[in-house]
Amino acid sequence: MSFGAYFFLAVLEGTVSAFVLALTALGLSLVFGVMRVVNVAHGELFMLGAVIAWWVSQMAGDPLSGFLLALVVGPLLVGGIAIAADWAILKRVDYNPEATIVATIGLLYIIQQSVLILYGPDARAVEAPFYFRVQFPWFGYSGYKLIVAALSAGLLLATWYLLKKTRLGLYMRATQYDQETAQAFGVPVRRVYAAVFALGGGLAALAGVLVVPIQQAHYLMGHDPLLLSFIVVIIGGLGSLRGTLIAAFVIGISDGVISVFFSPTLAKILATLLVALVLVVRPGGLFGAKPA
Amino acid sequence: MLTVEALSSHYGSVQVLRDFSLALAPGEVLGLLGRNGAGKTTAMKTILGLIRASGGSVRLDGVELTDLPAHRIPALGLAYVPQGRRLFGELSVEENLRLGLMVKDKGKETRARILDLFPVLSERLGQRAGSLSGGEQQMLATARALCLEPKVLLMDEPTEGLQPSMVAKILETVRVLKGQGVAVLFVEQKVEAALAVADRIAFVENGTVCETATPEALHADPAPLYRYVGVGQDAG
Ligand SMILES: Nc1ncnc2c1ncn2[C@@H]1O[C@H](COP(=O)(O)OP(=O)(O)OP(=O)(O)O)[C@@H](O)[C@H]1O
Ligand SMILES: [Mg+2]
Repeated sequence: MSFGAYFFLAVLEGTVSAFVLALTALGLSLVFGVMRVVNVAHGELFMLGAVIAWWVSQMAGDPLSGFLLALVVGPLLVGGIAIAADWAILKRVDYNPEATIVATIGLLYIIQQSVLILYGPDARAVEAPFYFRVQFPWFGYSGYKLIVAALSAGLLLATWYLLKKTRLGLYMRATQYDQETAQAFGVPVRRVYAAVFALGGGLAALAGVLVVPIQQAHYLMGHDPLLLSFIVVIIGGLGSLRGTLIAAFVIGISDGVISVFFSPTLAKILATLLVALVLVVRPGGLFGAKPA
Repeated sequence: MLTVEALSSHYGSVQVLRDFSLALAPGEVLGLLGRNGAGKTTAMKTILGLIRASGGSVRLDGVELTDLPAHRIPALGLAYVPQGRRLFGELSVEENLRLGLMVKDKGKETRARILDLFPVLSERLGQRAGSLSGGEQQMLATARALCLEPKVLLMDEPTEGLQPSMVAKILETVRVLKGQGVAVLFVEQKVEAALAVADRIAFVENGTVCETATPEALHADPAPLYRYVGVGQDAG
């Protein structure tokens, strides 16, 4: 294969992972933006989505119905867990920013170890719901991966619609901006928090369901998406949705390209250096509030 | 209509409101005057449930509000124009108004009526609220509250930082509301403005209402103005 073909392949791979990363990071960003909660357990919600997809695939008759079922069951179950965690943990510490960091670290280990006990230490594959290859002039490419990108794009659009066009979305944005004044306009801030935490978890779970036919489900698989989501959210600007999406594509695609031509480790090192640089030059992130 | 009795509230362990009482009848305009830090804003927030009352009661048409979560109170007829406006600055003018309209599911007629009251806003509907001028922001903050069609309007320093013509516009709005039977409780630093629209003035010091008087009585004897607000004998 020529350099050009390699490069195209790398960009393609990067784009697919960028879409999945955008979903995961958007969840983290929403939770931080609206609730001021840094959810350290976010990657575990992604992992839960993948594990639930495996579990559903075992019960369903064929890969396609398993996949479709997982797309519904995964986010619903994880959303439910998120609502329970909001009620049982975050609400109890009154959403105090420092306390919620410690609390979600605890949540991370609770989820991770529960999955280890119930699901075991093995990585398990889930069969892709579709097998077809899209033929480019230089190589054939997994049709499923392209469908992952398309579904992610659809989910991102749906989230955008929710935020911009619905009452709940308006409530979320008003709460993000000024939760006290929002209450003076009838916004049930506590319920909005629960909804946002569920939405954030649901997005992570959907990302997990989508990647599991590519990646295999494993109880430690939440680490990388958590790290990358943090990188994206910091570079994009805490709480800025547009910034989160742009940063997801910059990080996702460059991660793909550098991984193919050099090594995945170098890609992570460079991304981390970029974070350090952004924090020095623009602590609010590239698209966040300008430093005061 | 609105009865506040022996209300108290704290920030952490520090008590700010103590034995705070007042009453408002429909169409009545009550001005709260007091020095910086007297507890005027705290009183409004406690009435609205944004700060939890640690004692006392707030009743609106007989309904006790202190037991309710804050977000249930606006729909009962209490609207708020916060100090410093507190618009949702990243949201559009339209969205700020919509948040007000949604409280009681008010529709197009309410919206049209309110935009008639503040015509400048109709030209700015798509604009970010944070990008409006100070005067336009105050109009939006007032319009947003009026979208609830409230029984009682709480306005915290609505004329702060406004030029005289804008102050007149706000005072005019208060008079229109009064004519419609809306009760208005407002905090004001501009004593003349307060005396011009209020039916009664309540003086706040140390988190409690120390004295009330009518504007006429204060014109005759401005001593309380001097005592509680610190303006000279020629004020009013
Ligand atoms: N969030 C807070 N935490 C702790 N103390 C507060 C808080 N907000 C206000 N206070 C204190 O409560 C007291 C009353 O404040 P409040 O804002 O109600 O005064 P105010 O009469 O509205 O003053 P101003 O005229 O300056 O607006 C002040 O001593 C203030 O320092
Ligand atoms: Mg005040």
